[in-house]
Amino acid sequence: MSSAPLLQIGDLSVSYPSRAGTTRALDGVSLDLSPGEFLGIVGESGSGKTQLLLAMLGLNAQGAQLAGSISYRGQELVGAGQRVMAQVRGRRIGMIFQDPMTALNPYLTIGTQVTEGVRQHYGLGRKAAHRRAVELLEAVQIPEPERRLGQHPHELSGGMRQRIVIAMALICEPEILLADEPTTALDVTVQAQILALLRELRTRTRAAIVLVTHDLGVIAEVADRVLVMYAGRVVEQAGVEQLFASARHPYTLGLRRSIAELDGPLPERLPSIGGNPPNPAALPPGCAFAPRCAHAFERCLSMPPPLLSVAPGHARACYFEGAL
Amino acid sequence: MSGALTQASVQTPWQQARAQLYRRPLALAALLVLMAVIVLALLGPLFSSYDFATPSWNEIYQTPSLHHWLGTDALGRDQLVRVLWGCRISLLVGVAASLVSVIIGVLWGATAGYAGGSADSMMMRFVDILYTVPFIPLVIVMTVLFGRNFLLVFVAIGAVSWLDIARIVRGQTLSLKQREFIEAARALGVRTPTMIIRHLVPNLIGVVIIYATLTVPTVILFEAFLSFLGLGVHAPLASLGSLVSDGADHLQSQPYLLTAPAVLLALIIACFSYLGDGLRDALDPRAHH
Repeated sequence: MSSAPLLQIGDLSVSYPSRAGTTRALDGVSLDLSPGEFLGIVGESGSGKTQLLLAMLGLNAQGAQLAGSISYRGQELVGAGQRVMAQVRGRRIGMIFQDPMTALNPYLTIGTQVTEGVRQHYGLGRKAAHRRAVELLEAVQIPEPERRLGQHPHELSGGMRQRIVIAMALICEPEILLADEPTTALDVTVQAQILALLRELRTRTRAAIVLVTHDLGVIAEVADRVLVMYAGRVVEQAGVEQLFASARHPYTLGLRRSIAELDGPLPERLPSIGGNPPNPAALPPGCAFAPRCAHAFERCLSMPPPLLSVAPGHARACYFEGAL
Repeated sequence: MSGALTQASVQTPWQQARAQLYRRPLALAALLVLMAVIVLALLGPLFSSYDFATPSWNEIYQTPSLHHWLGTDALGRDQLVRVLWGCRISLLVGVAASLVSVIIGVLWGATAGYAGGSADSMMMRFVDILYTVPFIPLVIVMTVLFGRNFLLVFVAIGAVSWLDIARIVRGQTLSLKQREFIEAARALGVRTPTMIIRHLVPNLIGVVIIYATLTVPTVILFEAFLSFLGLGVHAPLASLGSLVSDGADHLQSQPYLLTAPAVLLALIIACFSYLGDGLRDALDPRAHH
């Protein structure tokens, strides 16, 4: 945390205006990312995790309105032109997509897809790009890289394809690697391998990794710092140990309690958070979690709580002062 | 769902389509007949001692014989050689015009669909406007303007008949654009032209091939129609259409002059249509269940 941040996001909002009303996908999100940091972002579907990643690449769907700032090494990315973004995408910020079954073009060989980035950004020739691709496939632990490069996506297994998707994102040596639920579509053993690979890549390449997931277990395994998101806002931010030892937001606690402990007594029934996440097109005026929160009081219903520091490196957005 | 997934993961889309095509005897037969006709049209004239253009005044209107298998025409030219040449010309015209219309249509439609927004609306409104231009008078005017260069005329036909494919391709592109691999390529910083040519077009090829095989017979028929009006190929060159037209003039006295080109024209068109239908079924994933 000592070095200057690589990426600074300040008060970022993403909204989709439509005739039926404005949908707020992201509301006032701020975060700093340092080189080599492993940041986890947790939240359920629709909490704005993916929108946050897409905003960093300027890839939000058509009609999205962005406000606030995303500054990459002092360069503002919100509202930047296509030319600037084309330089950032792939080269500075790489992205690993969620579903390896659909993130690869079925008609192109693995080699074409893996080398596309370096050939585009560094103008590498076919042979040099091929050599680089072989190195990368070795780095992501794919056996027989030469043969794989000539194959089509359908000839590989899901875990293998996810490694390919990771290799694609890594080939330009980006300083920031965004991973959108990279393990959700994989079975548990492959999931563990991919996470180990990501961790190893982080130490080797010193790239900052932002991993988005709805699985706290994944976060506990790999992240240094965690951002918990709910309905487009950051509700809690803490170091990973802090978060698991002393979460201070009722939503984070709810998430944690809904996971069975490996060594604890087996609960009759796992607690779950009652209710449903709010409709992002009609957010309540107060805290978006208040309708599902056991500790909510009047104040929670009138104004959303700000994200305030509760301990060094630990912040939460909640009015409730008592013990949780 | 899982059944479709495992099936898809065993074969490439191409292998799957080929296997499907082999299961359709009609389409397969059409493909073989077409290939035979093409080989015959290309090689046949080389083995004949007769020429398609040189008149032979003492062999006028001969009925089919061992020397002239299909007889001779009003100028004593061997009808078999002329029919094979007509095949060459008709196929060339059909393929050239289809190719032009497919290339323009695919690039136009994919660009419009991928760009989206106002660029898309403007490009597609332009297509709508072109739809209102009456096609046949336009082509007739062009044949008059381009005069004797028949290939140019059919390139021109291609250049005005790309509208349907542009619409189809745009629609396909709109749905393809939502696919994750397109987004993944965008996140890699792939430029728009590369995106369209490398990522979109290969995924559109199924539709495009079907459409192309269905365009070829349309263009061949259209050429026959123009030739019938005297606006197509100019003598001494012949197309199947102009041969049918010539033969029709002598229907009463020399019916054999009409039979061969008419049968061949019908055969080629039927084959292309069956092949196109077969390909459509073979490449349509919904038809597999």
